[in-house]
Amino acid sequence: MSEPSIVFDNVSRFYGEVLGVNRVNLSIPPGITSLVGPNGSGKTTLMNLMTGLIRPTRGAIRVLGLPLERPEEVFRRVGYCTQFDTFPKGLTGYEFIYSFLLMHGMVAAEAHKLTLQALDSVSMTEAADRLVAAYSKGMRQRIKLAQAMAHGPSVLVLDEPLNGLDPMARAETITLFQKWGAEGRHVIVSSHVLHEVDRISDQVILLSHGYVVAEGEIQGVRSEVKDQPMQILVRCDKPGMLAARLFERDHVVEAKIHADGKGVLVRTRDADSLYLLLNRIVMESGLEIEAVAPADDDVNSVYQYLIGPEGGAA
Amino acid sequence: MNLSRNTAIPWMLWRRQVAAILRLELKKSLLSKRAWWIYLLTLGPVVLTALHSLVARGGEHTLAEDNLVYAGIFQFYFLRLGIFFGCVGIFSNLFRAEVLERTLHYYFLVPVRREVLAVSKYLAGLIAAVAFFGGSALLSFLFISMHWGPVFEEYLLRGPGLAQMGWYALTATLACVGYGAVFLLTGILFRNPMIPAAVVMVWENLNPFLPSLLKKFSVIFYLKSLCHVDLPIDGPLAVIAVVTEPTPAWLAVPGLLLVSMLVLGYAAMQARTMEVSYSE
Repeated sequence: MSEPSIVFDNVSRFYGEVLGVNRVNLSIPPGITSLVGPNGSGKTTLMNLMTGLIRPTRGAIRVLGLPLERPEEVFRRVGYCTQFDTFPKGLTGYEFIYSFLLMHGMVAAEAHKLTLQALDSVSMTEAADRLVAAYSKGMRQRIKLAQAMAHGPSVLVLDEPLNGLDPMARAETITLFQKWGAEGRHVIVSSHVLHEVDRISDQVILLSHGYVVAEGEIQGVRSEVKDQPMQILVRCDKPGMLAARLFERDHVVEAKIHADGKGVLVRTRDADSLYLLLNRIVMESGLEIEAVAPADDDVNSVYQYLIGPEGGAA
Repeated sequence: MNLSRNTAIPWMLWRRQVAAILRLELKKSLLSKRAWWIYLLTLGPVVLTALHSLVARGGEHTLAEDNLVYAGIFQFYFLRLGIFFGCVGIFSNLFRAEVLERTLHYYFLVPVRREVLAVSKYLAGLIAAVAFFGGSALLSFLFISMHWGPVFEEYLLRGPGLAQMGWYALTATLACVGYGAVFLLTGILFRNPMIPAAVVMVWENLNPFLPSLLKKFSVIFYLKSLCHVDLPIDGPLAVIAVVTEPTPAWLAVPGLLLVSMLVLGYAAMQARTMEVSYSE
């Protein structure tokens, strides 16, 4: 039985003297995994490695238990939508998908059926008979997505798949990713749009300068960042009183009244102690708490803490 | 998804995959704006021989002289220039153009053995090259003597003409087979395939002056062995030319095919380890 993960075992890739990625150890489970990092951090290299377009200088990669040296087996189960905005010349959208499905060894009827399904899934049916060269950027992006997923792969690797899409298409595409993730497929996405990554990801892999800086569910990654105090927003009826009580504790680094005057934004080095303290304050002073929620366990905050605003390692 | 696809014996699967790749590649090889100069190489001798037939009507020469002229066109134009450079253009670009146009990854991301991909692309190139140059050689053969009318008809249908035409077609096809394999390999191995193409051209053109043993490590040596009309080298170069016994056809044909298959096999192995790295 094949293993259900994509496994990188101490993988390094160098382009001559230049580092692509170094000492990557990963086990990517099913669901939506986002690769996050600044330009040149190694996102595309990692994607090219897991699809066998390039080979590791050191280490080994297995996709669902299959070694990448056997593309004839791997690519029945893997689809890759690359960042390259290029297409074989002279093909219509339909021919583009259909031709490569035939290369899978499918019979014409099956390839035709899957082509129509793929076109429909990205709302490109009406434009199917037009040349790809005449498509807009967003349409080209959608037809690439359709081609990558037409054969029903269980692993989808998508390099900046939302680039060039209008808001409506972005929303539809994200819904499609979420559907695939919910079906138990591996959906590996790289994106610069952090709030979208935050919305769709089951787990993230943060990369910087070719190294994996952090990986896992975003809340778990955030809790591992010990050197940055956690930000917690407490919605309550007496924010002034609460702020004063919180300041008495050493682990509280900062407590400021929220802009709307209906809560306190607390920065603490010990979230567990803060929660216990809140319980005690409620018991002692009758404070009414409406909500307590972490304010910086999103991808954007973790990215800022670990990689920094300029994309350099923090 | 059709499960029968996964359990199909490889030959059946490969046959379908080869057909699918041919379908896409032939369109690119036969109908490409980039190949305009190959069309010129193809059409050139056809137009010239057709003009000859128009102009030479009733001229003072013989059918045998036309045959000799055609042998010269075939050996010096088709084999050394037209087919050679046509094959450089067609076969070098089977992989290299995909790299330049950043489309090779589409082929590498389908479940096709790289060896099957390389052989399929080679077959597509071969079909295009044979159609272009085999067709051009045959048409030129017909056009150059067409003006002889019934005499040529007699020569063609009841004399040695048809057999000669067959040998020219076979030789042109074998030239495409041989040079095609060589230039498919250089297209995979080298970022700029023109440099190895120039080296191969020099080697092939030095062939008449090479020692007998070295002559055999070339495509042109076997192709010349298949040409029934011997064209001697005249002038000062005749002094340094090395005359060698031509290889008999029963050895030249399978020999050339074998060498071509070995080169093709090596090209397929190289394709297996090829990476997609457009920026390098």
